[in-house]
Amino acid sequence: MIVNEQIAIDHGLKKDEYKKICDLLKRVPNITELGIFSAMWNEHCSYKSSRLHLKKLPTKGKNVIQGPGENAGVIDIGDDDAIVFKIESHNHPSYIEPYQGAATGVGGIMRDVFTMGARPIANLNSIHFGSPQHKKTKNLLRGVVHGIGGYGNCMGVPTIAGQTSFDECYNDNILVNAMTLGLVKKDKIFYSKAAGLGKPVIYVGSKTGRDGIHGASMASAIFDEKIEEKKPTVQVGDPFTEKLLLEACLELMSGDSIIAIQDMGAAGLTSSSIEMASKGNLGIEINLNKVPCRESKMTPYEIMLSESQERMLIVLESGKEEMAKKIFDKWDLDFAVIGKTTKSKKIELYFNEERVADIPINTLVENSPMYDRKWKKTKLPKKIKINKEQFKTLNIINVLNKLLSNPNICSKEWIWQQYDHTVMGDTIQKPGGDAGVVRVHGTNKAVAASVDSSAVYCWAHPLSGGKQIVCESWRNLISVGAKPIAITNCLNFGSPENEENMGEFVECVQGLGEASLYLDFPVVSGNVSFYNQTKDVGIKPTPTIGGVGLIKDYKDMVTSNLKEVNNILLVIGKTEGHLDQSLFSRDMLNEKNGPPPEINLFNEKNNGETILKLINKKYIKAAHDVSLGGIIIALSKMCIKGKKGATLKKPNYLINQFEYLFGEDQGRYIIEISKNDLLYVTNILKENSVYFDELGFVNENDLVIDDKSKISIDDLIKSHTTWLTNYMSK
Amino acid sequence: MNSSVITFPGSNCDRDMDVALKKFGFKNKMVWHNNIELPKSDVVILPGGFSYGDYLRCGSIASKSKIMKSVINFAKGGGKVIGICNGFQILVETGLLPGVLLRNKYLEFICKNVFVKINDQDSLYFRNIEKKTLELHIAHNEGNYFCTKEQFKEINENNQIALFYSDKEGNVNEINNPNGSIKNIAGIFNKEKNILGMMPHPERMIDPALSGEDGSIFFKNLINNLK
Repeated sequence: MIVNEQIAIDHGLKKDEYKKICDLLKRVPNITELGIFSAMWNEHCSYKSSRLHLKKLPTKGKNVIQGPGENAGVIDIGDDDAIVFKIESHNHPSYIEPYQGAATGVGGIMRDVFTMGARPIANLNSIHFGSPQHKKTKNLLRGVVHGIGGYGNCMGVPTIAGQTSFDECYNDNILVNAMTLGLVKKDKIFYSKAAGLGKPVIYVGSKTGRDGIHGASMASAIFDEKIEEKKPTVQVGDPFTEKLLLEACLELMSGDSIIAIQDMGAAGLTSSSIEMASKGNLGIEINLNKVPCRESKMTPYEIMLSESQERMLIVLESGKEEMAKKIFDKWDLDFAVIGKTTKSKKIELYFNEERVADIPINTLVENSPMYDRKWKKTKLPKKIKINKEQFKTLNIINVLNKLLSNPNICSKEWIWQQYDHTVMGDTIQKPGGDAGVVRVHGTNKAVAASVDSSAVYCWAHPLSGGKQIVCESWRNLISVGAKPIAITNCLNFGSPENEENMGEFVECVQGLGEASLYLDFPVVSGNVSFYNQTKDVGIKPTPTIGGVGLIKDYKDMVTSNLKEVNNILLVIGKTEGHLDQSLFSRDMLNEKNGPPPEINLFNEKNNGETILKLINKKYIKAAHDVSLGGIIIALSKMCIKGKKGATLKKPNYLINQFEYLFGEDQGRYIIEISKNDLLYVTNILKENSVYFDELGFVNENDLVIDDKSKISIDDLIKSHTTWLTNYMSK
Repeated sequence: MNSSVITFPGSNCDRDMDVALKKFGFKNKMVWHNNIELPKSDVVILPGGFSYGDYLRCGSIASKSKIMKSVINFAKGGGKVIGICNGFQILVETGLLPGVLLRNKYLEFICKNVFVKINDQDSLYFRNIEKKTLELHIAHNEGNYFCTKEQFKEINENNQIALFYSDKEGNVNEINNPNGSIKNIAGIFNKEKNILGMMPHPERMIDPALSGEDGSIFFKNLINNLK
């Protein structure tokens, strides 16, 4: 087949991009070469629309061992231990085929982590679906949850936390973001940079099939009515093979024979081989006849673009092939020497003794397109004048019940009960809290992790929203007693070719950069997913933040369940009663406009650090951050988890009761302390200039809001736990 | 006391079991599925996981693996064998234990704490446990125990039921049946009671910082009763 402009366009390339390829090669590429260019130059692999802006993110810090640019980020947690972590999207495949899409998303992110030599110790996920009333939502949710469980459970890695939301903006484009944390010794981290000439290039894992060809290009396209035709581009996962691959790789990694290793993820053999060569400033030569294939008569084009799962590419020290092969034989995995490193700085592919591709590596990587796309700034919306007269018709207990059973607030136990969250025997905080926590096996240390996103805030004002998620992630880690260390981000947005969507991206990134810089909470890894839209309508901007923190002694971990009757409850941080963009405004007043709550980074940092001080002094019996739904939702969850009640005091300043209870001001926590410690605690808070209110005290079994409003814990539990189970069983 | 934990490709609770056994005083050896010989063992444990991917049927391929010939001989000679979760599935596939484990009633994986009532407190594995019920953890997709009427009659008459899913007080009823198992069965013995298969994972409940500590009771009792 002779390549022409139309064929290039069919591969998702633009006219000028095709021209650039011809110019760079000084000739017309053949079909295999065109396939390689299209895979390397699509948005998913090249970050062509986002690179310019991602550069602005703070990526350094005293605990950062490896920032973005590798398979995953790495942070130092002391005693020669390091945590490798990353979050990644698998949105488009999960919409087309929810089980396999979600499963391979989980498989892919775990591979990114163990490629670096780390044993995965925890999985998290952030999943977003359309309106519960939408005809596809239920099946997509079921399929995604089964897929995540199916893969993670089989791998024997606990799924310790997650986030699920529903919003009609995801009706035709769900989001599935998967995150993995792995544990590695600092001197045993493996990188993807090839080095040395004539070193054997090894293929290990599953055989290559025709599945997933052009998966990365599909992920960079907009959905239309023909979406069903894209099913063959979704990969099929085999967690059993991945478990074997994990054990075999870790066994090989215990020695010193690996020079570089890279998993075959998006764009398969193409991107893995090119990335290793590019980082090492080398060339690579591959004999495609040597690649283990599942199907007969696969062409070079298909072999290079297949996204078959559970495969790795390794550059090995010369002479170690036999030893390495023995390990993979033991685990019944394919092992093949398929090529070698060269000094040509080109990728050269041979098939049936013919050279089928010959491309300078720099044309694929450094010379890949980079765009400074047009973008539009979002003005801060004007504050809504809410008519408080309408509150008089509302019964506070009815409102509370309604919000507790809101799909975005209610218990997600139906979901996380399907994930093995206790395997590996170190899970000390299960899903359903602020953050999941696992011990570092065999030590007193523990690692906390959470995933957060707030599409509504980001949609209303991307700059504030971007800051807010980083702060929320930080608060979730503080709430369990962990010192926040670093974050990974998964940036889910609409089309970068649309000025509004691009503007949302630019300003969200700016916001999250500002917050992460101020909080010394750097970004060490991440992923961008554009084109999350159907036809012309993009999703609400949904950057997802995965935060990781360290607890030095796991016995100091804090949980959110109320502990003891008569203990005092304090709200840390000032409550101003910000209702715009709150759950209350949207659900009870049907008001969707106005600015999101303001972020004060000084207060965020100061409040958080002061809470950690109180935790270190063991004053805090329970803690929970105040987020969606305000004080009363946060407190209700603490009551539900502790099976205890609480009696509220009237606030000691003038504020409307609904604003006080449902306002979503930022930088706040609820903490439980013993009566005897009240003076010590308030002194520390005052010394650190931290604002606090006395919220009330813990009682036996009712949430008492005022003389007229009271609800039993059993009723709270009922409101909180029934919606999702009922929805899924209908 | 010497114990052996068999690692099949796809086992994923083998390390957790190793940690638990050592914590309670066993000298434990990990045994690879392709080995032919079993080391000298006072008890052999088939751990949880997804042996051979649980392809075909859960536990069925593992039941035919090389090491299982030795395990079967060991068990038939009166050796003590425990199968947890996938290990239980493997034991029913070998025929050492009666019945089958079907997919959970609601067709979903379940991971949560459950209470189990000890049915035979005189049996080797549960003798001297004072509590009537234990709080353990389940994590499985195929734990729905089923057997024919004739088989049930036989295991019931021989007192071969080891554990029932129950509430904290030991009431066995439908509400406390997590997976649809016939008569709430969570674990069974062979006729001679040297072989135990159970779905709950005691090895995940050996530390107060984890989901609970009743697994410790199981292991402490195990090593004492084997002495």
